[in-house]
Amino acid sequence: MKNQKVTNNIDWISILLYTLLVILGWMTIYSASLPEEQTSIFDMSQIYGKQMLFIFLSIPLIMVILTLDAKIYDKYAFIFYGFSIILLMGLFVFGSTIKGQTNWYSFGGFGFQPSEFAKIATSLVLAKFLSDVQVNLKTTNHQLIAFAIIAVPVGLILMQPDAGSAMIFFSLILVLHREGLPAWYLWTGALAILLFFLALLVKPVFLIAFVAIGILVQFFLSRRMYRNPIISAFVFVAMTGFILSVDYVYETVLEDHQKDRINVLFDKNVNQKAEGYNLNQSMIAIGSGGWFGKGYLEGTQTKGGFVPEQHTDYIFTTVGEEWGFVGAIVVLALFVTLLLRIIYMAERQKSKFSRTYGYCVAAILFMHFFVNITMLIKLFPTIGVPLPFFSYGGSSLFAFTILLFIFIKMDANRVNEW
Amino acid sequence: MRKILLPTMIIAATFIIVARLFYLQILDDSYIKKSENNAIKIKYEYPERGYIFDRNGKLMVANQPSYDIMVTPREMKDIDTLEFCKLLNIDKAYFIEKIEKAKVYSPMLPSVFLPQLNKREFAAFQERIRRFKGFDIVKRSLRDYQLKAGANVFGYITQVNDNIIKKDPYYKSGDLIGRQGVEEMYEEILRGVKGVKYVQRDRDNREIGSFKDGIYDTIAVQGQDITLTLDADLQEYGEKLMFEKRGGIVAIEPKTGEILALVTAPSYDPSLLVGRERSKNYTMMFNDSISKPLYDRPLLAEYPPGSPFKILTGLIGLQEEVIDTSTAFVCRHGFSYGRGAFMKCHDSGTNRLHQAIYQSCNTYFGSTFKLIIDKYPKPEYGVNAWSNHLKSFGLGDFLGYDLPPGRRGLVPTSKYYKRWYPNGGWRSSTIISNAIGQGEVLMTPIQLANMMATVANEGWYYTPHVIKKIEGKKIDKKFTTKHYTTIDKQHYKPVIDGLFDVYNRGTAYYLRVDGIEICGKTGTAENFAKINGVQTQLDDHSIFVAFAPRNNPKIAIAVFVENGYWGARWAGPIASLMIEKYLKGKVTQKAREDYILNNGLKATYDKYLSGQPFSINQAR
Repeated sequence: MKNQKVTNNIDWISILLYTLLVILGWMTIYSASLPEEQTSIFDMSQIYGKQMLFIFLSIPLIMVILTLDAKIYDKYAFIFYGFSIILLMGLFVFGSTIKGQTNWYSFGGFGFQPSEFAKIATSLVLAKFLSDVQVNLKTTNHQLIAFAIIAVPVGLILMQPDAGSAMIFFSLILVLHREGLPAWYLWTGALAILLFFLALLVKPVFLIAFVAIGILVQFFLSRRMYRNPIISAFVFVAMTGFILSVDYVYETVLEDHQKDRINVLFDKNVNQKAEGYNLNQSMIAIGSGGWFGKGYLEGTQTKGGFVPEQHTDYIFTTVGEEWGFVGAIVVLALFVTLLLRIIYMAERQKSKFSRTYGYCVAAILFMHFFVNITMLIKLFPTIGVPLPFFSYGGSSLFAFTILLFIFIKMDANRVNEW
Repeated sequence: MRKILLPTMIIAATFIIVARLFYLQILDDSYIKKSENNAIKIKYEYPERGYIFDRNGKLMVANQPSYDIMVTPREMKDIDTLEFCKLLNIDKAYFIEKIEKAKVYSPMLPSVFLPQLNKREFAAFQERIRRFKGFDIVKRSLRDYQLKAGANVFGYITQVNDNIIKKDPYYKSGDLIGRQGVEEMYEEILRGVKGVKYVQRDRDNREIGSFKDGIYDTIAVQGQDITLTLDADLQEYGEKLMFEKRGGIVAIEPKTGEILALVTAPSYDPSLLVGRERSKNYTMMFNDSISKPLYDRPLLAEYPPGSPFKILTGLIGLQEEVIDTSTAFVCRHGFSYGRGAFMKCHDSGTNRLHQAIYQSCNTYFGSTFKLIIDKYPKPEYGVNAWSNHLKSFGLGDFLGYDLPPGRRGLVPTSKYYKRWYPNGGWRSSTIISNAIGQGEVLMTPIQLANMMATVANEGWYYTPHVIKKIEGKKIDKKFTTKHYTTIDKQHYKPVIDGLFDVYNRGTAYYLRVDGIEICGKTGTAENFAKINGVQTQLDDHSIFVAFAPRNNPKIAIAVFVENGYWGARWAGPIASLMIEKYLKGKVTQKAREDYILNNGLKATYDKYLSGQPFSINQAR
């Protein structure tokens, strides 16, 4: 048993998908950051050169993860978690501030973003907690503990403030749901989000009337024994209160740039040169791609540098512009296949710990993928989160690599469990 | 259930994303346009406009460089307005107005801010252009006229307006286009095709190379030179002869239909419509409703043709066989053609066709006209037969020359009279004034000149035209297709003999030119105008038509001088001078030339406006 090769039982399909995404990502970054004078692809003064270095550094990282005993994650989950919480707190003392966000440690030319690693640690702890045989998510106590595990890093990250990264943690609710969290949490959450946006679009009076009708219909359609006027009335009051508070939340809690992003989404008094610029340019770049795009390295929007942050959060615009609809579909397909593969792998785990962790990986990657791409095409407010494996950045590439390969290691190790 | 939630969400989200991408990338193509506006700058290279030469190869219209300041509103940044305005000598109101207008046209495309700087203004601005982001200089070529005549033939160049830009995508704001005259008719040949360069740029508007290595770029095609049929000297001379007169001169080479001169009076120096003063001058001339310098009389003015029309009455009489060369009518200073109706005539005696022409006998042609109409059982048929003959001379309709179409003139038909006399009761005697060119019939000077060319050719004409040659291209076929009249060739001979004797024995005896056999006909046309709402008779129009030499004619000419009284008073001498000038290259009738060049009808025209009662047809 001990002398097994590390490559035994490894899921090559997910590694292949990972590799393809990283390579395509690098090619896109190359196009998006190509200077006028061509230099070596290893030119460290260029973004694509650095990304190349990060990709090469990922290889030993992967080897280490695959070599290490899979048991350590189970064993030291709380230590990782504690460590990442300390790192998050340490930011307030030692962190560097960029654009008003204190979310980096910088070492020389390179940065390190602890929130990326907090995702891994939180996933591990969540998996550890849920895999305990005594834990039952139907009980309020355990629910609270699970929420607390997520809430601690979220709270710290929100204080940076980095709403985008914090938002990613909410995807872990999906994991809790998979492991038994009552469904009404999800529905309530989904309903709240829906009502929030509707309240911004529609006059509250109409929305409240609509809600009242909905509740009445639900009340009379349900069987007599389940009818409970008090609960229905309570739900109505709660929803009305929520709707009425949306304006207040919007005006006082949200910051100006967050309001702008919501306004841009709904085309409310948008100045295309100011708050609307990014989204407008992003749509132009993607929209001008057509079926097959303008050709690799031929994107006029990309070359002209019209899309800001194109090598990081807006990297997919280059895909859309240069490779067109067909190219975008290919990239989307790679992501979806990888996500589904991870879920498939999670479901085949024998240990609840590995399964839960696998689910966390899938949920986190999905959230990144969904938020990143939908914000580019005006389906979602602009929130700065990177596209996994694609976006430029050592910290995020390493974090996603570790996140994924820990699971691949667990998966390879599944026969050794029991 | 719990197992499939996440996969379902992933797949659903992906479908939504794909649908959205499909909409953005495939269905909605506005982004492609936006991307082009954004990242690709179109630069135009304007070719030089083709030159215009006269029939002898003399350069008439050339070009001079001019510089337009263009503005692209979106690119404007930190402009020191005060300095800018001072430099260009404009005020702030102009600045603001122009920028607003440019924004309306397009914030991203350049529009003209200040047109047509001269070289000095250009140099001063060029030095400091770096400090004015968003402003650009475009070099264009403006017309440079080599003679002070021919404005009505050349037309002019102007900036395209919004309507043209909407209609024809070739034109962009600030582009120049030919208007009126040959500049408009041969616009596409003269202008060439502008070159287009697609330049890729980045978000700071820096050019970062050509788009797709220039595969979409095109090179400017130079405008082609054209040669006109005009004789520059003759044109200039004609305009000078029309000193202080109103009217028109049209000279045509009968054998080819080539227009040798097309004079309108009063006219203007074509260089008035060049440069920054253009619109001011244009407005001034446009608003001059008294002398109407922009009114191209040879093509637009419809005059009663007067006595020259007798040529046609005679020809039709011969063709309809109601008269022959020996038919005679007795004239007693006129004749009575109906109960109590009498047509006056300055003539008396017994006239045959020959004599009737050179004596310009009203009685003879009135009688002939009556016979033509009465030959048919009903006057409708008679009038239609008569007007069909006229139409074969190109009368009553657009001639089809390569200038703005002008007017049709008027050849009445039975339909026309039915409208005037809905209850019938009209007959030959009702419309007899047409016999001598005084009734309903109206002709433009060019129609009259073309009629004369047709008589000179003994029965055919080419559509008059001003284009002679376009670099390496044949001219339009319609200018080399003969049009035959309905009058047989043999009938022209006696008429031409009569016209020849107009000079030898008749009304133009004093206008003879040594060594040139001229055939001509005087005309004196009564005319009316509304003055302060009252229909008032004005001095007669002085009309003259001629061709020369008698054998192998080289020039046919029609001259109208508004209110010049009798034909041989103004129009006749002008025609004689023009003919001599063209055929000999110099003028021997010095005294006459001097008189015509220095005298005009200013007093006559002024008296109409004086508001005082005036008498007409008073020779000094």
